[in-house]
Amino acid sequence: MAETKVIERKPLSLSERTYLPQIVSGLKTTISHMFKPSVTLQYPEERPPIPKGYRGVPTLVKDPNGREKCVSCQLCEFVCPPRAIRITPGEIPEGSESEHVEKGPEEFEINMLRCIYCGLCQEVCPEEAIFLQDVFSLSGYSREELVNKKDKLYELGGTLPDSHFKWDKKKAAEEAALAGGHH
Amino acid sequence: MELTSILLKIVFAVLMIVVVMTMAGYSVLIERKVSSWVQGRVGPNRTAPFLVNYIPFIGPLLVRMGIFQPMADGLKFLFKEEITPGHVNKTYYFLAPILALVPALTTMVVIPFGQYTDPSTGASNPLMLAPLDIGILFIFAVSSLGVYGIVLAGWSSNNKYSFLGAIRSSAQMISYELSLGLSVFPLFLWLNAPGVEGGLGLNAVVDYQQNFWFIFVQPLSALLFLVAIFAETNRLPFDMAESETDLVGGFHTEYGCFKFGIFFVAEYAHIVIGSALFTLLFLGGWHFLPGLSDPWPAGWIGAVLSTIWFLVKTVILIVFFVLIRWTLPRFRYDQVMKLGWTILLPLAIGNLILNAIIIALIDSQ
Amino acid sequence: MDVLFIIFAVLTVVPALLMVVSRNPVNGAMFMIISFVGMAALFVLLEAFLLAILQVLVYAGAIMVLFLFIIMLLDMDEVEKIKPGTVTSIASGISLALIIVGVAVLLGSDGLAGQSVAHLAAAPDFPSADNPMGLALSAKAYGFGLFTKYMLPFQLTGVLLLVSMIGVIIISKKRETSQGQEQS
Ligand code: SF4
Ligand code: SF4
Repeated sequence: MAETKVIERKPLSLSERTYLPQIVSGLKTTISHMFKPSVTLQYPEERPPIPKGYRGVPTLVKDPNGREKCVSCQLCEFVCPPRAIRITPGEIPEGSESEHVEKGPEEFEINMLRCIYCGLCQEVCPEEAIFLQDVFSLSGYSREELVNKKDKLYELGGTLPDSHFKWDKKKAAEEAALAGGHH
Repeated sequence: MELTSILLKIVFAVLMIVVVMTMAGYSVLIERKVSSWVQGRVGPNRTAPFLVNYIPFIGPLLVRMGIFQPMADGLKFLFKEEITPGHVNKTYYFLAPILALVPALTTMVVIPFGQYTDPSTGASNPLMLAPLDIGILFIFAVSSLGVYGIVLAGWSSNNKYSFLGAIRSSAQMISYELSLGLSVFPLFLWLNAPGVEGGLGLNAVVDYQQNFWFIFVQPLSALLFLVAIFAETNRLPFDMAESETDLVGGFHTEYGCFKFGIFFVAEYAHIVIGSALFTLLFLGGWHFLPGLSDPWPAGWIGAVLSTIWFLVKTVILIVFFVLIRWTLPRFRYDQVMKLGWTILLPLAIGNLILNAIIIALIDSQ
Repeated sequence: MDVLFIIFAVLTVVPALLMVVSRNPVNGAMFMIISFVGMAALFVLLEAFLLAILQVLVYAGAIMVLFLFIIMLLDMDEVEKIKPGTVTSIASGISLALIIVGVAVLLGSDGLAGQSVAHLAAAPDFPSADNPMGLALSAKAYGFGLFTKYMLPFQLTGVLLLVSMIGVIIISKKRETSQGQEQS
């Protein structure tokens, strides 16, 4: 058993009982703080630095060619815990630049009133098309306003400078295979 | 002749109300600014009416110091929706804020704020509205009426938090009024000691402090008075009345918009008057520095300079009020009562008796 | 001056009456305060500033606050209409008549030691004879009077107040012990 040690409390001396020296030393602290530079940000003008790996508002990104990356596989929709994502898959119209991609979302909605910023959608996406980026302030006047539509998501997301070009490579490989014929 | 002198009095009175109310407004600013500096923030720095921001240098500087913030605050109170809760006692509910503000503004008529030296005769007169020779008693009497505003506000709100807040603050004000009065009586004993013709006027106290300040001669009185003033104005170590954590908002819980604004202004007017009073009693009023003769020239320039010097001291005290707010934690209610009745009051009485004995000893020699 | 006197006299008398008649104790207390302040204003008109201030400081500022306090704490909204007993009404009638007669005698004839009250009020006796209103005006003269000529009445009043204070303490203490733990 641990030994208990009783520490006698010393009775306060007279100067301690008036509290005046303590108040003076407290005032010293207060006054010294008064002349220290402020630690706050002037928020709307100054923004805090966003650390790497920050999970902000989920957004859709485009590849360096400006094409949409999402192939509407609906994995994110499936994995999203609060069911914040709603995707309407659609065909990519004939003759468009990204014709070789199998599918694309016709509509892509993320309900920010439901999203919990877990980042699972980013984790699961096979196309690296959805990212939680650095947007952290989000507000609106109605519920409808807070459901991010596809164009809003692309506007927030921008372009990611990755150079996989998975679909282009695939297309090139297919074409090469076609040209190579029987080999 | 009679009419012009009355008119002049009215003009001066209005001027003084304007000055005190402005100071009350700006002490809110001081409070906000100093608080934010203490806490490492910047405080209000955005209110900029019209084109002020386009004035080079000065404009942005004023905006950064929040000079226009009090106006915005006042307007906010004016334009808020006027809400009267359904369960209040209407008459007293509306009467209470007025009763809180009126004593705060009435006390200032006996407060001298500067001196005017006649260039031709060299006689100097204090500047004040009513040269009452029992000024200090007048202040105690009128400020004791301020309790009614709080009591009635708490009672008429028909809300237990308000009522508790009102009871606490009025009990506290009544208890500390005693020490407040007793702590300054030694000064007036010295003022009326044999051979000195002082009276009970505030200008007499200032005149007496020509060469020394009372704070150095009577430090105990000064300390007691300061503590009592903190309690009377319900400032932080003693803000039992509106301790947000246990009483929601205290006696003005049920008040909003302009009526709350009046309470707010009255509170800060009390702080301004209290600081002015401490300056007059213990910091030599408008006298320059202890031991130095006043550098104020004769005529109106000197009057203005002395007034400014007086205001500077007052503002420093207001800043001190705010600093104390961020230095000390709040007392518990029973501690407040214990401090008032078992420490301050006996000390004040002892101090009074001691001074009386000293004066008697000096007199008997 | 007369206009002011009438205003303040009305301000003193009417609230005093209302205070007696009003059914709500809080209203009564407030009327009493107004009456006190009106009386203080009357003192000011007599240039008795010290008395006026003491009136406000002691009665309006301290005593009535405690009254108001107790009324509010007891939460008496409306006092029940109590029919006074016959003895009470007879006794109060007699005392009222006595008071009226007494005041009339004091004011009319040379009541007190051959001096009418009006005369006494115009020239009270105190240190400096050349300044008849000095007693009320100067706090110093007032104090001088209290500690010399009126020493005995002054001390007696003090003792009386002390006795009543001790009485109150004893009465409230007794109730506490009889009710046991209820009041801690
Ligand atoms: S961050 Fe989480 S909650 Fe938000 S959309 Fe992605 S998966 Fe859904
Ligand atoms: S964002 Fe990624 S996971 Fe979601 S549907 Fe598009 S490709 Fe699939």
